[in-house]
Amino acid sequence: MKIFGYKPTATAWIGLAIITIFILIAIFADAIAPYSESESVGQTWDDPSFANWIGTDNIGRDMLSRLIFGARMTIGVALVTTILSFIIGTTAGFLAAVGGTVIDQILSRIVDVMLSIPLLIFALIILSVFGSSIMTLILTLAILDSTRVFRLARAVATNLVVMEYVEAARLRGEGLWWIMRREILPNALPPMISEFGLRFCFNFLFVASLSFLGLGIQPPYADWGGMVRDNGKAISFGIPAPLWPAMAIAMMTVGVNLVVDWILSINSRPSGASAEM
Amino acid sequence: MLKTIIIRVVLGLLTLWAVSILIFAATEVLPGDVASAILGQGATPETLAVFRHELGLDRPSYIRYFEWFFNALHGDLGIAMTNKRVIIEVLAPRLANTLFLAGYAALIAIPTSVFLGIVAAINEGKFIDRFVNIVSLMTISVPEFFIAYVLILYLAVQFEVFPSLSTVFPEMGLADKIYITALPAFTLTMLVMAHMLRMTRTSVLSIMSQPYIEMAFLKGLTRSQVIVRHALPNAAAPIISVIALNLAYLIVGVVVIEVVFVYPGIGQFMVDGVTKRDLPVVQACGLIFAGAFVGLNTIADVLAIMVNPRLRHPR
Repeated sequence: MKIFGYKPTATAWIGLAIITIFILIAIFADAIAPYSESESVGQTWDDPSFANWIGTDNIGRDMLSRLIFGARMTIGVALVTTILSFIIGTTAGFLAAVGGTVIDQILSRIVDVMLSIPLLIFALIILSVFGSSIMTLILTLAILDSTRVFRLARAVATNLVVMEYVEAARLRGEGLWWIMRREILPNALPPMISEFGLRFCFNFLFVASLSFLGLGIQPPYADWGGMVRDNGKAISFGIPAPLWPAMAIAMMTVGVNLVVDWILSINSRPSGASAEM
Repeated sequence: MLKTIIIRVVLGLLTLWAVSILIFAATEVLPGDVASAILGQGATPETLAVFRHELGLDRPSYIRYFEWFFNALHGDLGIAMTNKRVIIEVLAPRLANTLFLAGYAALIAIPTSVFLGIVAAINEGKFIDRFVNIVSLMTISVPEFFIAYVLILYLAVQFEVFPSLSTVFPEMGLADKIYITALPAFTLTMLVMAHMLRMTRTSVLSIMSQPYIEMAFLKGLTRSQVIVRHALPNAAAPIISVIALNLAYLIVGVVVIEVVFVYPGIGQFMVDGVTKRDLPVVQACGLIFAGAFVGLNTIADVLAIMVNPRLRHPR
């Protein structure tokens, strides 16, 4: 079987399978989950049983059901963030490449300064001002993350604007927006797609970390990072409760990384080169 | 060379200054202001006015910025909003703790990862190379608290080798400290090792395609001799900058790790500050983290310039 004309490697198949399963779980959470997100069905940290396959959490909610509903929240927030970040980052990056020196200098210097603060620290500062609702979380992360996208988009686009067909479009009298959309975007897509995977991984881990710190997705919504936080104390009694959501996070990122590695090998870019904090 | 380095250091200082503006401005972008955001919808105009005056918000923002910035230069980071304590007094011992933990992790991580990276490069394509590659890829993809909890479950709960909580006191001896902070240090080590290791391997291997390496092979040297004598010195520059960059990453990774192990460092302090929306505390911690980050990046560049002759002349 081929995808977009390429045959996935064995590891890529594993990655694709993990991603597909997790996304299906997220979409059909209501139908799959045995209990509801917030229903208390047992004691604190019950052992796994037929009723609760992987036990219960710190206030007796079914762990499996929360994992299933958590998939929706955690993956959803990370996905929306990444899409938004790409819309902002790509537009700004292309604009910097196409729009001339002044726009380029202004945007690049702003991004340079933003890049010199660690993302987590920057996000913490902003969240302390705005508080943490899902909207502010997505907006903050998307804007911060778009600085990374900006750099790639600009780098790719600066190589494209010197091409003859862009020159031709300019001479035809096409506008900036038209050139960005019709000439640059289609040719810049291949490297941007693998970057999308990497940024998604990054944002996904980032949302999970923030929720783990209690500053991301807020209760009563189930999300994997928050579940690790809620059940963290169980580990000192030898109960693996926080490991289930942590494992789900790990599986998702490994899955995406496997697929990204495959896409990168098609584009033959050195692996790990664009892994950035 | 000196000129290039000085330019780089000045650029670093300028960046730091710009960063301080950004950190300050981030708390100003709110429609309305901080006071109304914290007090919420129900606040009466009188309480708002009092609170604004207390925070000094009734003065123009650029004046407040310069006041904050110059006080910070003198080591005065202001007073915490929630408990009215002088921030620097609370911060200083915590900063020392964080630096201890980061230094501890770095001492393990740097030699191990450079060594393993070279071993992987020497045995390129063989079992050990693949094994090291897969393990490092896994530690990159996995969240930091996952590693932390797995380590706790096995090393602290099942086999009780190390304590699961790292509560340190100033009076504690060095040996005790090293023992108690072992688990957070290991977790941090695993977090930063992967990048350093892969980068060491990649930079050694990228040099292997150079003509002078082929020459060395043709002279009859063994693969490990070629790598250690000819490839490694030329790969040193990227390796050194990756190490410095990863130390910067260590500074950030410390935040989550400190929360997992309840370690009294600056990361936990900052998270507490964010939860309580204590802006002066958050600004102070943010400035320190950003300062460390910018500082390490500058050091990385300066070291790269010193090691690699090709970078010594500005283009």
